[in-house]
Amino acid sequence: MDLQITDTAPDNAVTAINDYLQRHETKSLLRFITCGSVDDGKSTLLGRLLYDTKLLFDDQLAALEGDSLRHGTQNGELDFALLVDGLSAEREQGITIDVAYRFFSTDKRKFIVADCPGHEQYTRNMATGASTADLAVVLVDARKGLMTQTRRHTYICSLLGIRHVLLAVNKMDLVDYAQSTFKRIESDYRLVAAQMGIENVTAIPLSALAGENVSSRSQVMGWYNGPSLLEHLETVQVERVTSKLGFRMPVQWVCRPNQNFRGYAGQVVAGSIAPGDEIVALPSGVRSRVARLVTADGDLPRAAAGDAVAIQLEDERDISRGDVIASISSPPQVADQFAAHLLWMDAAALLPGRPYWLKIGARMVTAQVTEIKHRVDVNTQEKRAAKRLELNEVGFCNVSLDHAIAFESYEDCRELGAFILIDRQTNATVAAGTLNFALRRADNIHWQHTDVDRVARARIKGQTPACLWFTGLSGSGKSTIANVVEKRLHAMGYHTYMLDGDNVRHGLNRDLGFTDEDRVENIRRVAEVSKLMVDAGLIVMVSFISPFRSERGMARSLFENGEFREVFVDTPLEVCAQRDPKGLYAKAKAGQIRNFTGIDSPYERPENPEMHLDTMGASVDELAQRIIDGLLGQ
Amino acid sequence: MTLAATPQDHAAPRTETARDTDLQRLAASSHLKRLEAEAIHIMREVAAEFANPVMLYSVGKDSSVLLHLLQKAFYPAPPPIPMMHVDTTWKFREMIAFRDRRAKETGCRLIVHTNQEGAAQGVNPFSHGASVHTDIMKTQALKQALDMYKFDAAIGGARRDEEKSRAKERVFSFRNAQHRWDPKSQRPELWSLYNTRIHKGESVRVFPLSNWTELDIWLYIYRENIEVPSLYLAKERPIVEREGQLIMVDDDRMPLEPGEVPQMRKVRFRTLGCYPLTAAIESDADTLPAVIQEMLIARTSERQGRIIDQDASASMEKKKQEGYF
Repeated sequence: MDLQITDTAPDNAVTAINDYLQRHETKSLLRFITCGSVDDGKSTLLGRLLYDTKLLFDDQLAALEGDSLRHGTQNGELDFALLVDGLSAEREQGITIDVAYRFFSTDKRKFIVADCPGHEQYTRNMATGASTADLAVVLVDARKGLMTQTRRHTYICSLLGIRHVLLAVNKMDLVDYAQSTFKRIESDYRLVAAQMGIENVTAIPLSALAGENVSSRSQVMGWYNGPSLLEHLETVQVERVTSKLGFRMPVQWVCRPNQNFRGYAGQVVAGSIAPGDEIVALPSGVRSRVARLVTADGDLPRAAAGDAVAIQLEDERDISRGDVIASISSPPQVADQFAAHLLWMDAAALLPGRPYWLKIGARMVTAQVTEIKHRVDVNTQEKRAAKRLELNEVGFCNVSLDHAIAFESYEDCRELGAFILIDRQTNATVAAGTLNFALRRADNIHWQHTDVDRVARARIKGQTPACLWFTGLSGSGKSTIANVVEKRLHAMGYHTYMLDGDNVRHGLNRDLGFTDEDRVENIRRVAEVSKLMVDAGLIVMVSFISPFRSERGMARSLFENGEFREVFVDTPLEVCAQRDPKGLYAKAKAGQIRNFTGIDSPYERPENPEMHLDTMGASVDELAQRIIDGLLGQ
Repeated sequence: MTLAATPQDHAAPRTETARDTDLQRLAASSHLKRLEAEAIHIMREVAAEFANPVMLYSVGKDSSVLLHLLQKAFYPAPPPIPMMHVDTTWKFREMIAFRDRRAKETGCRLIVHTNQEGAAQGVNPFSHGASVHTDIMKTQALKQALDMYKFDAAIGGARRDEEKSRAKERVFSFRNAQHRWDPKSQRPELWSLYNTRIHKGESVRVFPLSNWTELDIWLYIYRENIEVPSLYLAKERPIVEREGQLIMVDDDRMPLEPGEVPQMRKVRFRTLGCYPLTAAIESDADTLPAVIQEMLIARTSERQGRIIDQDASASMEKKKQEGYF
């Protein structure tokens, strides 16, 4: 297809290559995905497309023939699915686990196709492929019609902003190429797509196995007058409406080769800019003017969306990685609380209140989901109430950040409206998010300035405020030891307070139970209260099981350096269960209490506590004294 | 040998006419420019987020493109990322000379690593076979070097169009502390938001050329006047034919079979590696445009010339799991 210079004499190679380069350069690129349920034949369709467009090399064909005999499902005939299922686990099981990228081109266009897995458990891999696609080819088996997967895939596509769907009604050969079957599936699907806000649907009846309507129009379906699949892919217009946004560029890297040059390197994501234009850096609000747009190929007179440049400003400004440089006339909004859609991609559920890393543009901040407004069932798109999000679930959530950021809605600008969440312990990418809008609340709650500050409050008490955070299993001796510590400090004239897990649950946290999400909220509230008390100048003892590392880390992050001291009261589970001062272990083992730490809910041991108390073989008094010595010896 | 017609002098002021032409070229959002910008974006992410990154340099055409992009990404600063060549001691002689010269010319710091243990044991492709040689002198050597220098990110020139398991790999591809790739549970990678967080001892392989095809590489080399070793161009070279593969006798370490006499044949290479393991193809294409032209009508993929890839179709996946690039 792409090989029109075959017969050119070698002398003309330069001209031919220049011509080719010209055509290659001006050809547009279409990125699309193929999705559909397990046996709809999408890998076969893709293999057929590569075969028909003559993009298979002889050695690849030879390998395919061998693989078809060994692993094929087509009785030794060429099994095109084997071309795209690249992992041996996939070939063995005959399923697609991860997205595979394939490249082909015709005279009219270049294509990058992402072949996506159909199984629900690999939804995150499908989302990976869909996030960079302009169009989705959704396959449906003509014999089966729409399936749960069809809805799910269409929903994921709509969530990630794919506006064009090619509905490929496949296996028409198995329904005698019946027009009525095709029409019924088409109208069913249009209804689904309309519900999900996908406006552009083109339906094509085809047979991937027989090659009908794949790269050329079918002769056996005379009733169909539309384009073949490839024709449609070659001609469909998917360009987004030219962005109405002004100039925006996240700063990726600050280029400082010497004292005389400072450039802000990044890729322009919206609008355009020229030397002399006024800019603002956000969230700081620093203003300046563009001096030069530097690239290795010389300065640019203007940089537009897609260009990688280094911006030199007229004056030295404090701008760093993650800031967004924008045109001064129409800058993006800045906020620290948002409503957003989240696709949860980790086996460990999303717990509101737990801190995660959030990456957006070139910025990394800490984020918490403060509320799950509703969960969307990815199969039925019904909205349901939810306290957590499990793997492959979608939620509409409020997200709160520890720093304000410049942003756009995902619909207006993917680069400033898309984010990922990263687990702070495992570093796994746990969620993909799309920002919808900023919550105004943050703007209306200001810090009230107070004249008496924390230093003054501490000074009048003649002490250094601190938070002693006792963590350990139920019955490990946390409260007993904390109690002795407080008694002695009090006797020495220090101002103290003790927050005890059980006591707080009678009042402040009366509304919380013992599920993972309630435990997270329980700790969040106690951490905030102890922070206020430290602010007031007190030495606070917090005695809480606090089983999760991330929440203890969250509590620590609220305090200044050195203020927070994690005390790990380390008593073996058997000993705690044997002591069982409140009779709780007995109840938990009898199944009368659920989610009991150490029995059917995990305790994550501290990795680097300030104090590690091995309670076996030391008395309460000794342990308490060690804590006091550590605290006052500072 | 230099393929570049005139080396570009970036500092030189351009004429207005040249500027207009540039502008026109830039105005049309071209495919190669898009790929270039994407690769630059990826390299800047690496420089900004990793403490000790390195760029794997294998002297071939993809490495030449990487080096060119590395210079562009950080211009006018010199590349903040060093390059490292894992030298099996069996590379074509021209590759080594080319490597040393390019490092000098670009000012990019070059680290060369050889598995000394393997070299001391005399591991070579002839007596040990292709796969043992590759494992010890390439895969193990790479792991050694990554451990020795404690690199937390390694940029490589692999492309998704090369091979089936590459087609599945992420741009930022996570490796555990044993350098292993787990293809069944890769991190999701959406948009251009790359997760760069790792624990101590773990690392990431980064592939800025993921979305390039072999043709894109050649057209970009042509458009940007990037210098590549002349082994890519057809020339009379001493060749022996073994099991249908054309092998160049690059030095006298190559044991000849009884009666085997190297013949001068006009050949070129589609990929470069250890000379005993890299098959040539017969060709008259002795200029870059002629190579591109030949490639456009080729009926075999470039990896065919790599002898180690032909064991089984899953061989690349297996090697990658074990730490091969």
